[in-house]
Amino acid sequence: MFLSLCVFLLIIAGALVTSNDAGLAVPDWPTSFGSFYKIPPMVGGVKYEHGHRMIAQFVGFLTIILAIWTQRVDRRRNIRILGWTALALVITQGILGGLTVKMLLPWYVSTGHAMLAQTFFSLTILMSIFSSRRWLESPPKSSLPDSGTFGLRNLSLLALLAVYMQLFLGAAFRHGGMHFLPHIIGAAFATVILLWASIRALTGYANVRPIRAAASAILGLLFLQLVLGFGAYLTRVEWGKDAAQPRMSMVATTVAHVAIGALLLAHCFMLAVQAYRHLSSRAAETSLSSDPKAVTA
Amino acid sequence: MRVLLASLLLVLALGCSEKPHTPTATSPTGPVTPIDSATTATITGVITFDGIAPKPVPIDMSQDPACVMGTEPNFSQSLTVENGKLQNVYVYIKDGLGNRIFATPSEPATLDQHGCRYVPHVLGIMTNQKLRILNSDLALHNVHPAAHDNASWNISQSPKGEPIEQSFSKPELMIPVKCNQHPWMKMYLNVSSSPFFFVTGKDGKFEIKGLPPGDYTIAALHERLGEKTQRITVAPKEAKSISFKFSPTDDSK
Repeated sequence: MFLSLCVFLLIIAGALVTSNDAGLAVPDWPTSFGSFYKIPPMVGGVKYEHGHRMIAQFVGFLTIILAIWTQRVDRRRNIRILGWTALALVITQGILGGLTVKMLLPWYVSTGHAMLAQTFFSLTILMSIFSSRRWLESPPKSSLPDSGTFGLRNLSLLALLAVYMQLFLGAAFRHGGMHFLPHIIGAAFATVILLWASIRALTGYANVRPIRAAASAILGLLFLQLVLGFGAYLTRVEWGKDAAQPRMSMVATTVAHVAIGALLLAHCFMLAVQAYRHLSSRAAETSLSSDPKAVTA
Repeated sequence: MRVLLASLLLVLALGCSEKPHTPTATSPTGPVTPIDSATTATITGVITFDGIAPKPVPIDMSQDPACVMGTEPNFSQSLTVENGKLQNVYVYIKDGLGNRIFATPSEPATLDQHGCRYVPHVLGIMTNQKLRILNSDLALHNVHPAAHDNASWNISQSPKGEPIEQSFSKPELMIPVKCNQHPWMKMYLNVSSSPFFFVTGKDGKFEIKGLPPGDYTIAALHERLGEKTQRITVAPKEAKSISFKFSPTDDSK
């Protein structure tokens, strides 16, 4: 959980770099002004860029501990794989961060860096859920059927896809690779799917606490995200078009939009994980009900 | 599901915005074409802004104490109009020079960083001419031209540090040069294969001299107001005067 909190701070620090146009304030990588350990004067853009690098180093260190600790302590093979996956992701993320500096911020590398950051954040959240006492001690309610024309398990995956698409469109716009229009169209698309998934979860499975909690959080975060998105559009695209530099209002709304987006993605992962844990597929139900031995057992 | 996928592809297709870029002419190579200085013409003129100029946008330099000099407010130079005259317009011969080859000046062009501002805000240089970048400030800067046709680079320059010398081999217009330490610091660099260009000052005036007689397209280019062109014919030894007029409707912001 501590790692997740640090990654969340790292995402905010990264968003501050972009919002303050400070991505190239430190021109070299992996060193900063030629040094691995010296802290440069933290003024101007360096404050954001080098601050981001320092938090990233700390997160990398924590992730190494997480991977080794999980390998030694957790008997579940999948969780140990997740620990090493987290380490692989954080290394890849560091390399992408370096590449974007070396290549002078090409939009596709910066967008990949932004998307991987949020994926890594979600992974650390999932790992903390899988290691929680509640997860370990409460058995799944797998007898609940995933009924309806479009089951919650599939809907939760669709919600993930929609949020990822929005993440891509938003990051690509932010890093100069796309117009903002697709992000706005995508927002309407993602809103419909997230509303569909969370309302379906709340109306069908309100008695399953983890599903209810994830769906309620998605609804709240979605509302907040839409407000922040509108705020970011107003401050940056409309009111900020003649700004000589990033204004506080621009920075605050865009950074908050990125941070809430990360939380939204993590909660979509949580909903999907809980849906797959507590609900059984219709195919399984059918085969179960058609198998007399299984019924009597 | 198919509808969803189709919508996704449509949204992506709508968004792909590799900015359209008009490639500039390549710099001709070979021996310098002689010009008869006894027959050359001069074009002079003034650039005006017809209408109410937008209010100057203030700059807040407080994020770096080394940048705060004096008590006078700083303003953005992206659109500077004084008494109806437009500053920082790059005027150049866009067409009509043919395949003439011009000598590269041996003197470098100078770009200074002073008071955490680029001086000048718009600069014209010739292809392969040395650009000497100074840092007169007590602040750390980084110089990052985001060129399209030429190579881009990003170099840090310490307070009062050693000058940076670079050159650009291809003609290119309005290359944004930025400092990522100080997000308000931005200037535009124009690289030309000919020496026939001028950047307007506060009086909005320009002068292009030493031009061989002929038919030309002369262009006035501004970072926000875009480009305006005129066809012009100059006879031997002729001095011609023309003017360009921009208005608030030209503003891209």
